Amino acid sequence: MAMTLAEKIIARGAGLSEVFPDEVHWVDVDLAMIHDSGGPRRIWPMLDDLGVGVWDPDRVVLVADHYVPAQDTGAARILQTTRSFAAEFGITTFYEAEGISHTLLVEKGHLRPGMLYVGGDSHTCTGGVLGCLALGMGSTDLLGVLVTGRTWLRVPHTIDVHLEGSLRRGVTAKDLMLTMIGEKGMAGAVYRVLEFSGPAVSAMSIDERSVLTNMCAEIGAKTGVIAVDEVTISHFQDLGIEVDEGPSSDSDARFLETWHYDASETVPVIARPDRHDDVVPAADFDNTPIGRAYIGACTGAKYADLAMAAEVLAGRRVARGVVLQVAPASVGALSRAMADGTAQILLESGAQLLSTGCGACPGIGSGVLGPGEVCISTTSRNSRGRMGSPESKVYLGSAYAVAAAAVAGEIIDPLTLMGVPA
Amino acid sequence: MKPLQGRVWKFGDDIDTDLIIPGRFLVLEPSEIALHVMEGIRPGFAELVGEGDIVVAGDNFGSGSSREMAPRALRKVGIVAVVARSFSRIFFRNSINVGLAPVECPDAHVIEEGQSIRIDFDRGEVVIVETGKRLVAVSLPDELAAIMEAGGMVEFLRTRVNGSQP
Ligand code: SF4
Repeated sequence: MAMTLAEKIIARGAGLSEVFPDEVHWVDVDLAMIHDSGGPRRIWPMLDDLGVGVWDPDRVVLVADHYVPAQDTGAARILQTTRSFAAEFGITTFYEAEGISHTLLVEKGHLRPGMLYVGGDSHTCTGGVLGCLALGMGSTDLLGVLVTGRTWLRVPHTIDVHLEGSLRRGVTAKDLMLTMIGEKGMAGAVYRVLEFSGPAVSAMSIDERSVLTNMCAEIGAKTGVIAVDEVTISHFQDLGIEVDEGPSSDSDARFLETWHYDASETVPVIARPDRHDDVVPAADFDNTPIGRAYIGACTGAKYADLAMAAEVLAGRRVARGVVLQVAPASVGALSRAMADGTAQILLESGAQLLSTGCGACPGIGSGVLGPGEVCISTTSRNSRGRMGSPESKVYLGSAYAVAAAAVAGEIIDPLTLMGVPA
Repeated sequence: MKPLQGRVWKFGDDIDTDLIIPGRFLVLEPSEIALHVMEGIRPGFAELVGEGDIVVAGDNFGSGSSREMAPRALRKVGIVAVVARSFSRIFFRNSINVGLAPVECPDAHVIEEGQSIRIDFDRGEVVIVETGKRLVAVSLPDELAAIMEAGGMVEFLRTRVNGSQP
């Protein structure tokens, strides 16, 4: 029976030879991730209440990324609980302030093609970039997984998202996803899996591809997947890990729909406050001043994003009255940027370097917005109050767009600064 | 599952978890967090609602982050069910786990604020008490109804920990 990549992984997890969309199955989980915000502080009391431990401490990755470094005693207490949990339950892999969970799981080789992976965070879908089924869930769902190693899944329909052509210089995976979300709406793919393929995907680095799967959360999808290809294999080779091709969709698999996009026609776009599906070309902006430019989050502060920002900022200064902040998504991304001079360019342009972690993205860490502040950000969400005060406004764009706005003091088309013909 | 009846509080489309519980409150204790429920869209909501009340909404209710405090806080201030045209999948899962009934109802938009509705899970319908109008609701698959009926995931797991398999 022909199946999609997602169906194959669920069938394996359920111990069945085939599964069909909308069926509900109990499945075995290969790996689980929990973080400081929704993890130990919520799950531990429930484990105690049930009087049980963790099913397999080797299959749980714990990441402190939302409250690092502690901004107040409340956050400090949350981090203490997180560390004690790691010790108490013997969790093999625990990262604190090394980066954002989704970036770390990809960078550190925890995910493998074909895995059924669940995480206590809505952007867990990012992991699908490596050909696994990566599903975000809440704390109590993760409690169930931590206790039993199992969870229930409704088999999703898959949409084949075919990205033709190639992106022009200055145009990014973020622009593609915002364009798609603008067209389909925030609920454009509710319960669906988006499987990305096509020449534009093949040409992208893992960092850029992971924006496609990451922002599946913003279109309501269950997750996103990209089948293994040479780029994936060489990512694992760099980590010294041997992988085989992993599962892929059969040529006659049942896709619910096919969406076609031509990457060559994509332009830099911006989502306006307070909806990430209110998307317009950056070139349409005229006199929209900003006071804050933020390069951060699992969506927009990987090495590739820092390099994009540096491409715009090289030899330029952040405009007077603008604060540009950079919170690298991982220590790995920061070290790479330090090694090749990218970080130096950012600092020389006047950027402030914040610690690696979620930072201001969820309105918790450093760099949150005050009332009346107008920010352009590489993050993925801009609902009212997301990054701080309910009276602040957040525009979303690529790292090119954020860097360009930081230099201009207002939202502009980044291509105009990059010498790319419109 | 036993039918539920309650007073309606109405919201629109795409009510995300940042509107239900803004991230800045997450550092607080759960009981304090609940006092801020819906603060992003209707400040003061926690004081208006009572036990047994029902939230009615449009499409994609509970989108955004995976924060379970969103359905937990709604339950804590007395909300027993959310009737929506569609749900974000993580919110849907979280609701079942914390014992807040998520009811998919394609015609939810015809229900008005302040009306009373009766949710009949077994029949798969929502009835507007004032007008007698019946709306079709999607029934929960048995696997999930089992978790709701146990009183949420913790109680469900308790039976499992004590020996019986789901
Ligand atoms: S960076 Fe933002 S979107 Fe990513 S995991 Fe952290 S809070 Fe979520």
